[in-house]
Amino acid sequence: MAKSALLKSSLAKKYWMALTGLFLCLFLVGHLAGNLQLIFGDASAFNEYALFMTTNPAVKVLSYVTYISILFHAIDGILLTIQNKKARPVGYAKNNAAANSSFSSRNMAVLGTLLLVFIVTHMANFWAKMHFSEMPLQTVEVNIKDQEAPVVVYKTVQGQPIDPRAVEMGQLELKGTQFFQAGTDLKVADGYKDLHKITVAFFQNEKTGLIATIAYVIAMIVLGFHLSHGFGSAFQSLGVNNPRYKGVLNGVSFLIAYVVPALFAIIPLYIHFIK
Amino acid sequence: MNLTLKIWRQNNAKEQGKMVDYKINNISPDMSFLEMLDVLNNELIEKGDDPVAFDHDCREGICGMCSLFINGEAHGPDRGITTCQLHMRKFKDGDTIYIEPFRAKAFPVIKDLVVDRTAFDKIQHAGGFISVNTSGNTQDANAIPIPKHDADRAFDAATCIGCGACVATCKNSSAMLFVSAKVSQFALLPQGKVEAADRVLNMVNEMDALGFGNCTNTGACEVECPKGISLENIARMNREYLKASLK
Repeated sequence: MAKSALLKSSLAKKYWMALTGLFLCLFLVGHLAGNLQLIFGDASAFNEYALFMTTNPAVKVLSYVTYISILFHAIDGILLTIQNKKARPVGYAKNNAAANSSFSSRNMAVLGTLLLVFIVTHMANFWAKMHFSEMPLQTVEVNIKDQEAPVVVYKTVQGQPIDPRAVEMGQLELKGTQFFQAGTDLKVADGYKDLHKITVAFFQNEKTGLIATIAYVIAMIVLGFHLSHGFGSAFQSLGVNNPRYKGVLNGVSFLIAYVVPALFAIIPLYIHFIK
Repeated sequence: MNLTLKIWRQNNAKEQGKMVDYKINNISPDMSFLEMLDVLNNELIEKGDDPVAFDHDCREGICGMCSLFINGEAHGPDRGITTCQLHMRKFKDGDTIYIEPFRAKAFPVIKDLVVDRTAFDKIQHAGGFISVNTSGNTQDANAIPIPKHDADRAFDAATCIGCGACVATCKNSSAMLFVSAKVSQFALLPQGKVEAADRVLNMVNEMDALGFGNCTNTGACEVECPKGISLENIARMNREYLKASLK
């Protein structure tokens, strides 16, 4: 019985919902720290972060845990919703639910579905491009002695910049993000995918930038509602409910549910309207 | 007071039911809600109609027999009371009042506003007890020291009267507040600790098998509970269950 108890029972669903949800909250904080480079850092800082997130082995493991968490959280949510609907085949003619529970707590499935739609489009817009498609490499301007105009060069992971003319003249060969000695498999350097440029262009696009910005902000409001119930609820599900640390938990819950989504939302607003 | 009542009428478990309107006049604000229904039933009987079936017993807020979902809330709009303790002064002259049975798959309607809550008894049978020697050699109760704090919390949990308001009000028809109160009342005391692991596993299993929904921590049960059973009990049950299933 103990085995099925941790997989199938009503309480097991709560544990898994809580654990995956809390892990996703941790992910959000990490993601936010990186995204804030779009406001407080320069293009290099953001692109270095993006490269780190896509190549570091530890981060890779964590990213797989994140994908699984999202899937598990969503599937568990769907199962719960179906079971819960079945538990009351005939509804009430009048139900004054607002008198005893919060809007968020009663609408987690709807809020979660909206978030899933957001996650899919968000991943198509940024994650898929970063992982699977050809992207422009980041260039920087450098001043060269005796030359008046600065020269645009590729920034590389190894530090030594590469003059695009070397590629144009055929001395170097560019495959994806890697520079090779022409005609050999001798790698000279790695460029940086310019996710910063893609992101800024996405939210500053003349036609779709405003819509994208508004949609992003709405998604963050939905996230705020979802987390305002979800974060605290996860602790309750895991059996953590004690007046002694309720104050601390409420404080952290406020940060996660309101401050984190607000900071996320500020970034596209900043890019679209100020930058 | 003159009122319009919208009451769920259903002949038996198999037939379809529907909401039926009744006008009732000259109701005293000092009447209890059940007395108001008594007045309505007298009128119906005098007219030769079928009186509205509803559950009640002690009418003192102790037995947990009365139910009713009144104007969208279990035991009506007041807090910390059962329907028998709800007074008509909580309503205004001319109000329309919705009166429905507690709704859950595990609480099927027997007739009108009466539902079958034996599902709670089945959960109790699954583990809501302690196995004690009743041969006459019972140990002196004072020989087992129990911290005051634990005794208080166990007593708070034990005040659950099993009325089912938690299930009725929960959007998922979850019975977790009830089950957690029963689990807590024993888990906190030395006499209950012996069987704590089996108890929580068996009671939760039974609860799931009976078709109650899953808890999503909306907290509605705690608000509507006539005895103020706290969500802390559900957290305790979650801990107990986790501990027991890892054993």
